[in-house]
Amino acid sequence: MQTRKISVGQRELGCRPGESVLDALLREQVEIAYGCRQGACQSCIARSLDGAPPAAAQAGLKDVLRHQNHFLACLCYPERDMAIGIGSPEQRFCQATVTGKQLLNAETLLLTLHTDQSLDYCAGQFVNLKRGDGLQRSYSIANNRVHARNLTFHIRRLAGGRFSAWAHDELKLGDLLEVSDPQGLCYYLPSGQPGNLLLIGTGSGLAPLAGIVSEALHHDHAGQIHLYHGSREMDGLYWVEEMRGLAAQHANFHYTPCVSRGDAPDGVASGRANDVAMKQLPDLKGWRVYLCGHPDMVQQSKRQAFLNGAKFDDIYADAFHVASATLD
Amino acid sequence: MSETTATLYEQLGGEAAVNAAVDIFYRKVLSDHRINRFFDHTDMDKQAAKQKAFLTMAFGGPNNYSGADMRQAHAHLVKKLGLDDSHFDAVVENLAMTLQELNVPQALIQQVAAIAETTRNDVLGR
Repeated sequence: MQTRKISVGQRELGCRPGESVLDALLREQVEIAYGCRQGACQSCIARSLDGAPPAAAQAGLKDVLRHQNHFLACLCYPERDMAIGIGSPEQRFCQATVTGKQLLNAETLLLTLHTDQSLDYCAGQFVNLKRGDGLQRSYSIANNRVHARNLTFHIRRLAGGRFSAWAHDELKLGDLLEVSDPQGLCYYLPSGQPGNLLLIGTGSGLAPLAGIVSEALHHDHAGQIHLYHGSREMDGLYWVEEMRGLAAQHANFHYTPCVSRGDAPDGVASGRANDVAMKQLPDLKGWRVYLCGHPDMVQQSKRQAFLNGAKFDDIYADAFHVASATLD
Repeated sequence: MSETTATLYEQLGGEAAVNAAVDIFYRKVLSDHRINRFFDHTDMDKQAAKQKAFLTMAFGGPNNYSGADMRQAHAHLVKKLGLDDSHFDAVVENLAMTLQELNVPQALIQQVAAIAETTRNDVLGR
């Protein structure tokens, strides 16, 4: 047992034998939120910046947090020197060139970017896109991990949306944009359990879900994969034929487009995507659930998925407020 | 002569017991028509953490219980939605049913209920 060096921001401090990282930080008066000191409240969550933390310090954390080397400072007795981060990390950006623009429907643009370095992201994560004057917005990556330098995004034109209007009307092939490090916890881990997946998206909330579906199929996901994509009317949906094609190719992939108003044509369900899904799948015990779209839809679905039997830790959603302007 | 007695928290099974109970308890609360409207606008993730903190406290485990926080957190429910004793009773009832489902002995359930009871006036803003 020896004193281990802990680097946090600009500071370095010693973590003594038998002392937890939390105790060392508090002794050195580094500011960190904490509560129970026993791994229950998860207030003192921190992130290892130089490799995996001790496994025991990750007890009880959601799989995606473990995957990103988060740990609980109160349970962490370092076996080596560590560099750690507390709070949100500084955002880093790389450069990207616009290589494709195509309309998916009247209001949704498929934007393809080629980045100057490969990004380490997981299907389902989002990045911030930043234009020259600093204006930035969050968009989900719509493709799987196989394309490390080619990223696609579904950009829905929002009423009064400065970034989306600019992306639709003014952004040209060959233009440059900045792309942040991938962020967010709503993603698919190929190493995860083989269980069933339920994905519910509204509007351009399809983007991260399509990426997750593609990633899961790429990894021959063993369980069933159910995707529900909803919009108010038919013209708000897109990729209907592509998703049907995918479902025809993969016996374990099931796709249900949904419209909440007006008549639903054959092969399209009538009702809100989350209502249709929860009714068709009343038993979600052991399922992983991915949600993206209007915040109210996400909130209602989280609760209903939980009441249908899914565990808290198996429900993935990022608070994403631009994916869809309506509840449908 | 010295006698070491396990704390209530240890007798119940510590953190593992909290984890087992929180899921069942929150499912019951959200399905209970007497009280689930109070949770209509809560963030599920934050709420789950709070439920866990509450159960840890009620189980006699390590906690940062603060009556002032409890008052503040429930003040708008008392004022706008009429949170009262009947709702508090319903929550305690769900807690007891949860523990019964986990085969916790009746004597321990009573101890948990007694700890939960100490928060009543804070929750109801009295």
